[in-house]
Amino acid sequence: MRWIWLDGFTAFESGVKARSIKNLSLAEDHFAQHFPGYPLMPAALIIEGLAQTGGILVGEKLDFKEKVVLGKVLKARFDRDFLAGETLEYEAEIIMVRPEGSTVIGRVFCEGKLEAEVEIFFAHLGPSWSKSEAAGGAGDDNFVFSSELRSFINQARRLDAQAKKAKAAAN
Amino acid sequence: MASQDEIFQKVSATLVEALNVDEDEIRPTSTLTGDLGAESIDFLDIVFRLEREFGIKIPREELFPEVAEGNNPEFMQDGVVTPKGIEELKRAMPFADFNDFEKDPRMTEFSNLFTVKMITNYIQDKLARGGR
Repeated sequence: MRWIWLDGFTAFESGVKARSIKNLSLAEDHFAQHFPGYPLMPAALIIEGLAQTGGILVGEKLDFKEKVVLGKVLKARFDRDFLAGETLEYEAEIIMVRPEGSTVIGRVFCEGKLEAEVEIFFAHLGPSWSKSEAAGGAGDDNFVFSSELRSFINQARRLDAQAKKAKAAAN
Repeated sequence: MASQDEIFQKVSATLVEALNVDEDEIRPTSTLTGDLGAESIDFLDIVFRLEREFGIKIPREELFPEVAEGNNPEFMQDGVVTPKGIEELKRAMPFADFNDFEKDPRMTEFSNLFTVKMITNYIQDKLARGGR
């Protein structure tokens, strides 16, 4: 089963902030049961999308040498329900990164309006001695930054490079 | 310099946030895991919150040391910490109260050393040394 709860990054500022997008499609299986006639996106899956956005942000800051795992949801506030057909924008901002763990604040925007805010604590499981990590981080034998996420990681790095280039040109 | 009572109040407020418990559940003798329901991930969260609350740095394993069970027969035998092991623990955790643990030094009782009073003592000592 694929466990990816975002569709792609839209902005990435290394070590600071990232934005991603999630289209809520009625084709997603969970909407059939959650709930019949009222396709409500489960808050837990929104938190997972924010954690994936923030986890890649933190992981990239640490060169993917640590496994960044959602440890605890410190705070969560949802102002409304999110239904199939809507497009959510996730934003993750780093509050603190330490060798043992990190904290990010995740925000959900819909049509430009802030609709939910979640504070997430990640535990760092330490460097693994897997081949893919030795070769530079993500890969099939890294259960957090798996090859499934590789396209996102490449996309994030591309966006970061573009933003840096634009900033340099503006200066 | 903050008094022990002021430190206790701030530690309590930190634990209310971190463990989602009521303030009146928190007593100096409360154990973090047994009485307040802390899980392993909460210990790291508590450390980070205390650092922010008191403006101090808490090095890894200084407040909540991890003890590798059964690694050294000098320190532990059949799940019971030896007198030598207790001396080692006292050196690693000078802010903990070992009275009860010395009476029943089974490793399963180790987590009961982590009390609210232990955190308060640690912070008081840390602040007295200028946060170092």
